Amino acid sequence: MNREAQRLIIIGNGMVGHHLVEQLIERGATAHYAITVFGEERHRAYDRVHLSEYFTGRDADSLALSDVDWYAANGIELRLAEAVTAIDRDAGEVVTAKGRIPYDRLVLATGSYPFVPPIPGSDRDGCLVYRTLDDLDAIRTAAEQASTGVVVGGGLLGLEAANALRGLNLDTAVVEFAPRLMPMQVDSEGGELLREKIEALGVQVHTERATQRIEDGEDATHRMVFQDDKVLEADLIVFSAGIRPRDDLARNSALEMGKRGGVVIDDRCLTSDPAILAVGEVALWNNSIFGLVAPGYQMAKVATDTLLAPFDHIQGESFRGADMSTKLKLLGVDVGAIGDAHGNQTPGARVFRYLDQIKQQYRKLVVSADGRRLVGAMLVGDNGVYDTLLQYYSNGLDLPEEPSSLILPSIEGAPTLGPDALPETATICSCHNVSKGDICATLDTGASDLTTVKGETKASTGCGGCAALLKSVVEHELEARGVAVDHSLCEHFAHTRQGLYDIVRVEGIKTFGELIDKHGNAATHRLGCDICKPAVASILASCFNEPITDAAHIPLQDTNDTFMANMQKNGTYSVVPRVPGGEITPDKLVVLGKVAQKYALYTKVTGGQRIDLFGARLEELPDIWSELLDAGFETGHAYAKSLRTVKSCVGSSWCRYGVQDSVGMAIRLEHRYKGLRSPHKLKFGVSGCTRECAEAQGKDIGVIATEHGWNLYVCGNGGMRPRHAELFATDLDDDRLIQLIDRFLMFYVRTADRLQRTSVWRENLEGGLDYLQEVVIDDRLGIGEELERQMQTVIDTYQCEWADAIDDPEKLKRFRSFVNDSRPDPDIIVTEERGQLRPA
Amino acid sequence: MTTAAAKIMTQTWQPLCHRDDLVPFSGIAAWIETDEGPAQIAIFYIPVGPNTPGEADHECELFALDHHDPFANANVIARGIVGDLQGEPVVASPIYKQHFRLADGQCLENDDVKLRTWPVGLEGDQVMIQA
Ligand code: SRM
Ligand SMILES: Cc1cc2nc3c(=O)[nH]c(=O)nc-3n(C[C@H](O)[C@H](O)[C@H](O)COP(=O)(O)OP(=O)(O)OC[C@H]3O[C@@H](n4cnc5c(N)ncnc54)[C@H](O)[C@@H]3O)c2cc1C
Ligand code: SF4
Ligand code: FES
Repeated sequence: MNREAQRLIIIGNGMVGHHLVEQLIERGATAHYAITVFGEERHRAYDRVHLSEYFTGRDADSLALSDVDWYAANGIELRLAEAVTAIDRDAGEVVTAKGRIPYDRLVLATGSYPFVPPIPGSDRDGCLVYRTLDDLDAIRTAAEQASTGVVVGGGLLGLEAANALRGLNLDTAVVEFAPRLMPMQVDSEGGELLREKIEALGVQVHTERATQRIEDGEDATHRMVFQDDKVLEADLIVFSAGIRPRDDLARNSALEMGKRGGVVIDDRCLTSDPAILAVGEVALWNNSIFGLVAPGYQMAKVATDTLLAPFDHIQGESFRGADMSTKLKLLGVDVGAIGDAHGNQTPGARVFRYLDQIKQQYRKLVVSADGRRLVGAMLVGDNGVYDTLLQYYSNGLDLPEEPSSLILPSIEGAPTLGPDALPETATICSCHNVSKGDICATLDTGASDLTTVKGETKASTGCGGCAALLKSVVEHELEARGVAVDHSLCEHFAHTRQGLYDIVRVEGIKTFGELIDKHGNAATHRLGCDICKPAVASILASCFNEPITDAAHIPLQDTNDTFMANMQKNGTYSVVPRVPGGEITPDKLVVLGKVAQKYALYTKVTGGQRIDLFGARLEELPDIWSELLDAGFETGHAYAKSLRTVKSCVGSSWCRYGVQDSVGMAIRLEHRYKGLRSPHKLKFGVSGCTRECAEAQGKDIGVIATEHGWNLYVCGNGGMRPRHAELFATDLDDDRLIQLIDRFLMFYVRTADRLQRTSVWRENLEGGLDYLQEVVIDDRLGIGEELERQMQTVIDTYQCEWADAIDDPEKLKRFRSFVNDSRPDPDIIVTEERGQLRPA
Repeated sequence: MTTAAAKIMTQTWQPLCHRDDLVPFSGIAAWIETDEGPAQIAIFYIPVGPNTPGEADHECELFALDHHDPFANANVIARGIVGDLQGEPVVASPIYKQHFRLADGQCLENDDVKLRTWPVGLEGDQVMIQA
């Protein structure tokens, strides 16, 4: 680090503090400053906006905003779990429990804390808040002993907390002081609709309730007593009654403060002491606190300019306030608020309202007195028009002749605002302040796909709310530049995998030859290639399930499928018989041992609860398999893109904690779905209780027993990019569980790309988990039965591929080392290690 | 593809296997003795048209390449997927998926790597190789 460097200290390693560091590094500030960051939390900065995902599968690491060594790698000292306790402005030092550290410039990025109303009893054990990872850990722990939960506060965060409690299987209620939910964002009509929707989800809503005190309960741990002496009991209480700026450091060092808190800053993010800046939720600008991350990021940018001004002598942009428009999905309910949504800050404003009590949708437009501009909007139940309205609002676009057409349901010719109608200045991503012009600029300098644009502009890497809009802008602009957005599978087919799948099903095409004849690209040979052939083989198998070793299908398969074994690095194969659920009789174990002994196979227990026999020569496979088949084994499809294993724990049959027969269910599932060819391999897990010994939450399909049935998790992944599965449905009985898995899997088979695991598919699925739940659980597309029927076809046509091949001399002909010579491949050389053979 | 589609046999040709041993649009392995010693070869068979196994009088294509994959150092080439890239028939190694041109053994991913090839053809139902 530069000896001349000034000392810059940043207090707070939250979202905005981290963004500031990113900006500083990007702008080369480390050449001028030696930077130290203090964070009171033990975790490095993480994505607080997506905090709730901590309960649905993400962990601290995946929420973190940087890699673990990123600060150090950039020469920045990050001191976590070390709070600054005072600022000594006279000495130019900050104070922590470990000592005093001098600064030349200081930035306050301390954020805010959840406000807990000073009600008697609000400090009881089990009264918690919802702001940090540690808070969530505390809630999770408390929930283990609890069956009921209450959230105090029916605002945005309160509803998010309520959703989390529901996800932890608590009977949940929300208590709000105001007459309606989300009083800041919605009016009474919208609030009423929101209440109906949320109550329909089984969350109780109590409005106009002021809690007087909290005391011991009768049926639950706590009893809340309200102003009218009504009571509500719960085992766990989460306060979400607003946030307050963490401004005590500033207050104690006599910086200028707002009347109701917050550190006053100017347009350059400077506090009343020019050596000190403030950014994020702790800062008060023009008498406002901004409780969202986008304005905080803008402040971070301005603060960077301010900190660099002495060196680059550039004035930079100033902070001019920020738009507080929000779009969210709370407990699956869309809520959107834009600008002056209540219409009470714009003199002469006029309102259009549309309410559909059947579909439970409410839309409201607030327009300027002359009817030309949109000044605000409110949406409950459907955010479909949010992006369009936001563009009218933030870019001051002229409203159409009939503004109401923007909120009326699909009237013919209702104007939609395509990406081409947006001006260059239109903000596409407000979190990272990326305009349409910025996006066009990256496209003009060579970016040619969405991923690159995201990487270069950071658009859509904040709250993610702009993802759909960004995608349409990028695709539109690429097309305008004559770049065909190419979704072709390979040079032989100008279709996606999904497109080919539909063609195969609709036209009933049963061979690769017919498919490439009718729908392939005319090339001299039209043979296909190693990309389209296995993909089509998989589609044909998912649809018709004819044996892959049939003559028409054989040339399509990867070597593993052709020989129904996994090729190893020396050209030999491994043999993995199915061991459903990992349960195996001693007799069968003996057979595996005998066979391995006889053919001198290396033997290993796999990570999938079965036994792999390695080192079989091509010509040995039929003999090995006929012995295994005789002993009652069947193929394990270890070679196929299809169901691998259903991992199980021992469950209620032995384990003192098991609440359901997890082995039984695992075996049932494994037998049901074995042989289902899919875009990529599929792995399941079934655990007998929440201790989760089968690691079901790391699988494509995870099933965890509850007292009442099964919880279903989907789209988990181990491997290269681990992903926690998401809770999909709860307390299912056996039949419903299987019905949902049938539908889920077939929907995946139909729509995923080639070699796309469920996790990646899910991440690319527009509409996300909610959409998936609508399709699979609520059957919104009306295809549920069809998916089930299709699955039944696959199940009914299942046959063990090895059993099918073993009696067919035609099929076995290929299992010869050489067509004209019976000697084994002399180049396969093995050596002994730990008592077994391995490739030399 | 004149060498590979040869139909006229000379005296140096030796019989290899029967036409029925071939797998349409795919490969099989064979063992031959050459002047330089024994060799493991991969025979690929492409009946004309992707879906019409060649009639006896039908033109079809046969290719013989090294069975040895120099990248994996294993004898596996015959077990790769046959396809065409830019109109040229190729085989993809089953281990690390490099493509080799059937006509001359050239590896498409690495100019320096080329598999040996041998003239191969049909005499009646007999597959013949010149080695
Ligand atoms: C044998 C086994 C390792 C072992 O000795 O335990 C194994 C071996 C292979 N794995 Fe695996 N995986 C094995 C369990 C796993 C697991 C653990 C599990 O299933 O619980 C994982 C992580 C879980 C997951 O998939 O989500 C795993 C993640 C992978 C991946 C990465 C997948 C991903 O989505 O990131 C690959 C590569 C791929 O599929 O593209 C892979 C690929 C492979 C291949 C097929 C690589 C190859 O092309 O040669 C290996 C050959 C298998 C063979 O020859 O039989 N294997 N592999 C395990 C077989 C389990 C079984 O009984 O079928
Ligand atoms: C559940 C939840 C959901 C949200 N959803 C959204 C959303 O959808 N959209 C949106 O825009 N915003 C959302 N927010 C708000 C958003 O997270 C905040 O606006 C943002 O985190 C503010 O960033 P910040 O850096 O100012 O504060 P923070 O992220 O709170 O960071 C401040 C950090 O400073 C530390 N600190 C405080 N005092 C000290 C000290 N003396 N010494 C050292 N460290 C200190 C704190 O421990 C904290 O880690 C959500 C917030 C929550 C809790
Ligand atoms: S998950 Fe539960 S039931 Fe299964 S073995 Fe572990 S503790 Fe026992
Ligand atoms: S608006 Fe939040 S990521 Fe783009």
